[in-house]
Amino acid sequence: MTTALVGEQIAKEITELFPGAVVVADKAAVVVTSESLYQVADFLKNTPALDFDYLTNLTAVDYVDYFEVVYHLISLKSNHSLVLKTRCHDRDKPVVPSVVNLWRSADFQEREAYDLMGIIFDGHPNLKRLLLWEGFVGHPLRRDYL
Amino acid sequence: MVIKTEPFILNMGPQHPSTHGVFRMRVTLDGEVVVDVEPIIGYLHRGIEKLAEGRTYTQNIPFTDRLDYVASMTNNLAYVLAVEKLAGIEIPERAEYLRIIMAESMRIASHLMAVGFFINDLGALMTPMLYMWREREKLLDLFEMVCGQRLTYNYMRIGGVSHDVPEDFLPALKRFVAEMPRFLDEYDQLLSQNEIVLVRSKGVGILPRETAINTAASGPVLRASGVKWDIRKADPYSIYERFDFEIPVGTVGDNYDRYRVRVQEMRQSVRILEQAIAQLPEGEVCAEVPHSLRPPVGEVYGHIEAPKGELGFYLVSDNSIAPYRFHIRPPTMINLTALKDMVVGWKVADLIITFGSIDVCLGEIDR
Repeated sequence: MTTALVGEQIAKEITELFPGAVVVADKAAVVVTSESLYQVADFLKNTPALDFDYLTNLTAVDYVDYFEVVYHLISLKSNHSLVLKTRCHDRDKPVVPSVVNLWRSADFQEREAYDLMGIIFDGHPNLKRLLLWEGFVGHPLRRDYL
Repeated sequence: MVIKTEPFILNMGPQHPSTHGVFRMRVTLDGEVVVDVEPIIGYLHRGIEKLAEGRTYTQNIPFTDRLDYVASMTNNLAYVLAVEKLAGIEIPERAEYLRIIMAESMRIASHLMAVGFFINDLGALMTPMLYMWREREKLLDLFEMVCGQRLTYNYMRIGGVSHDVPEDFLPALKRFVAEMPRFLDEYDQLLSQNEIVLVRSKGVGILPRETAINTAASGPVLRASGVKWDIRKADPYSIYERFDFEIPVGTVGDNYDRYRVRVQEMRQSVRILEQAIAQLPEGEVCAEVPHSLRPPVGEVYGHIEAPKGELGFYLVSDNSIAPYRFHIRPPTMINLTALKDMVVGWKVADLIITFGSIDVCLGEIDR
């Protein structure tokens, strides 16, 4: 059985290294600031005890007040998982650092989130629409898109 | 003497017989050698994730049929499991077993098609594939018996399955399970040591272990690269921990390994089917679930081992009758991330078979 790591505990470890990075944490997930996301992700991947080598799912949710980008991480070796999240409040230009350098599986998934939700992944090598065509206007998965 | 040539760009698809659907590859070639490949997708995009936000949880089940339409039953299962996790619904024992029976039959049906098409891409046009389709046909007949459909089943329900199997289903399934190992032996004999298959697929399209993990490849593609990771064992869902089966893995991650893993997985699925039939209890097949289901506020990520890899559903509920967010993690789209690594340096003909060995389904990639 994959053990879901307790969010609060991981949040404590993150705060020790990156003070102020954690926005909120509960049992299920850790929410970090978008500025510190890349460093936190790097820490989660390259710390031997955590060893999150497998980014299984990446998606975004529009909560109207803010966008939430969700990362489902798994460690294949230790068989544990963690949900990492970040939020961006700027509706016109929501920017989140890209994690393609850490996990290449983010490549298509970040493009999809950009395409359908309009999240800009800073540092993505090829950030263009994935499913819709180049001339398409808008981002259909946003709540205000009808 | 080396002839210097300009690299040129070839658009393969979206209408191309070997691309298994409306898939387009923008291939940069140097002579016949692949220098770069960029997958271009979206031709079958129907906006399922957006549509699902306007329908109830139950109304969304038919959408899942239209993801990986070669293995619709498994998609049903992934979705209803996620909703049940979100709403905390217990399902009857018999329904659990029926779901396993359907999911494993579906795995065999999907792998038969994958292997058949793979051999087809290798150049053995149609004949081996139609043999595999002969077996697949028997499974489709079984599915037709339980729900009247042959492609988009809509059989699973939140809380169980839509109705019990008819009387003649189990004898027919038992017959299939008894016959199948013999057919697999036959295919193995004809294909697995066939010289042309070996020459064309051994050592071609290698996906190294580290790349497979880093690109989050899943299913047979990941296991062929030597990673023993199967969600049925690693994070058992439904009642998989009750069954005895093995996880076949490859060694180098070439096209041949991916082919072999699929063939061996079919044997394991037959084993699971045998056990499930033997243990199948009597009883109800669907739990009492409110007509308009309103799961509590929250979110869930449910994932299962679909024939093509990890199929996940990320659902967010705001306690209304429709999901607030409905996200699908499509295994084959993510498996395509590593396509470039597998084909650069190989010839166009190898590109076709390597792509075939990933076993994609465009319904799922484009959603």
